[in-house]
Amino acid sequence: MGKIINREDVIHISNLAEMDYGSDEIDEMTLQLDKIIEHVAKISEVDTGNVSPTSHVLDISNVLREDEPRQSVEPEEALKNAPESSADGFKIPKID
Amino acid sequence: MEDNTKNLENSNNSERIGNAEEECFETIIGLETHVELSTRTKMFCGCRLSFGEKPNSNTCPVCLGHPGSLPVVNKKAVEYAMKIALALNCRINKHTIFHRKNYFYPDMTKNYQISQFNLPIGIGGYVDVNMGDYTRRVGITRVHMEEDAGKLVHSGTTGRISEADYSIGDFNRAGTPLIEIVTEPEIKSPLEAKQYMITLRNILLYLDVSDCSMEEGSLRCDANISVKLKDSEKLGTRAEIKNLNSFKFIQKALEFEVSRHISVINSGKKVIQQTRHYDDKTQSTKALRSKEEAHDYRYFPDPDLVPIDIDESWIEKIRDSIPELPNQKEKRYRDKFGLSDYDSSLLSGDFGISDYFEKALKAYDANPKGICNWLMGDFSAFLNKDQISINDSKIRPEHLAGLVKLIDDGKISSKIAKSVFEEMYFKGSDPDEIIKEKGLEQISDEGELESIVEEAIKNNPDAVSQYRAGKVKAIGFIVGQVMQKTKGKANPALVNEIIIKKLS
Ligand SMILES: [Zn+2]
Repeated sequence: MGKIINREDVIHISNLAEMDYGSDEIDEMTLQLDKIIEHVAKISEVDTGNVSPTSHVLDISNVLREDEPRQSVEPEEALKNAPESSADGFKIPKID
Repeated sequence: MEDNTKNLENSNNSERIGNAEEECFETIIGLETHVELSTRTKMFCGCRLSFGEKPNSNTCPVCLGHPGSLPVVNKKAVEYAMKIALALNCRINKHTIFHRKNYFYPDMTKNYQISQFNLPIGIGGYVDVNMGDYTRRVGITRVHMEEDAGKLVHSGTTGRISEADYSIGDFNRAGTPLIEIVTEPEIKSPLEAKQYMITLRNILLYLDVSDCSMEEGSLRCDANISVKLKDSEKLGTRAEIKNLNSFKFIQKALEFEVSRHISVINSGKKVIQQTRHYDDKTQSTKALRSKEEAHDYRYFPDPDLVPIDIDESWIEKIRDSIPELPNQKEKRYRDKFGLSDYDSSLLSGDFGISDYFEKALKAYDANPKGICNWLMGDFSAFLNKDQISINDSKIRPEHLAGLVKLIDDGKISSKIAKSVFEEMYFKGSDPDEIIKEKGLEQISDEGELESIVEEAIKNNPDAVSQYRAGKVKAIGFIVGQVMQKTKGKANPALVNEIIIKKLS
């Protein structure tokens, strides 16, 4: 099994992502994810002691808009891409 | 206002659950409050905020979470958040960023909520909560910005999810600017929790950043509560009660939880950490079904939003826009107007009443105490009886001020004032017009009163001789006769004076 990530981690993450995988797929993904993480982990070799965390790749801040209303879309337009809808809104399958 | 008044009166018996056994336990409560801001547009898009409009009529690709759409932060919402943070004595994080909080629920369009995580806009503040006979200082851990979810209506007659075949989603509310205010676990009783919420709501109303309607959900809170034996060092296991949307429910739900925790501990069992829901019909809380992974939100910085850097001058500009807050008002009422502690705290403790008071003072500022007395006395009594708030009353602040001025100027007696007040209360009319129309103006004309006094002296020889024999009180009878004759309109002090003059 993986050196960094194990089967249980992958099952946990797939549950969080609401994804259903078979046992074989979980095995395969554990190995693949492990490789990816190992590769990315190379970054941790860099000394970042004096570097502040990056929250955005662009060096800009304070992109703000004034509190002025803009045209919304028509409800029909909003519902156009919904798999199912009624006049009152998006139809959502039974929640459990 | 009703809430506030009753509360302070009750605060002496704040330990409602006070039997000997329960005194061995200590309650610790922390509150998370959500406030919907009253900006014109949403947090990250230009859709209008609305209430009760056609479903999905205020939506766009951003708040519907369409791929490729980009959120842009509403500057006003950031400034409101700063205003709240500063008013709650927080430090402003000069570098603040947005995170994605990932979870699945169909009231969210993106499967994540844009929120703040390690760099919220405000940290480390406090609120002083007046409990009548003591003050509880409640620490504010953080104030952060996020967005509200949409609304779901579940099909079926009960409206319950479990019995619904499907639900209908309306995303007009999705993306409404939302501020979360988190306290330290420093609240020690259900009553303190309720009083904290009243205090917080009042501050938010003064700041004019939200309509704070608990009924419409623009102000709601979640409570964390744990109970432990007083001499135990280990903290109790906490329960979280979701979505408390009235002052009464906050107190009731927490009181129920205190008793529940105590009986679990007493029976030797362990309190389970869980999320619960309060049902007012049964006045009890029930555990909600919970998924184990429910709290693994995998926060990460939202790559669609750039950081907000806040400099000192921006902070100062916002600080300057903060109006006088309740505790400063209370001090001014006491020190400048000479109102009692009790009156000052009640007046300032209710935004509606203090706003009314200040408006009345604008019309007539010579007698704040007089205006306060009406507000705290007859006016409150009428409002309480009709169960309405001062904003719904027909009496305009300048008319109440006018009534006090009429008394001060000696134009009407305080007795007549009461009937004028009633007329004002029921019809909303101007007191000047009422007294003109009904001929209620006080008779302060000495010549006019003298002849009435002479007649009263002539008609009541018994009282006169009693007075002359040294029974000073007998004068009251003669004054009474004059008042009766003038239908209460005579200036009683002047009448008194004239009688003494005539009889000496
Ligand atoms: Zn929108």
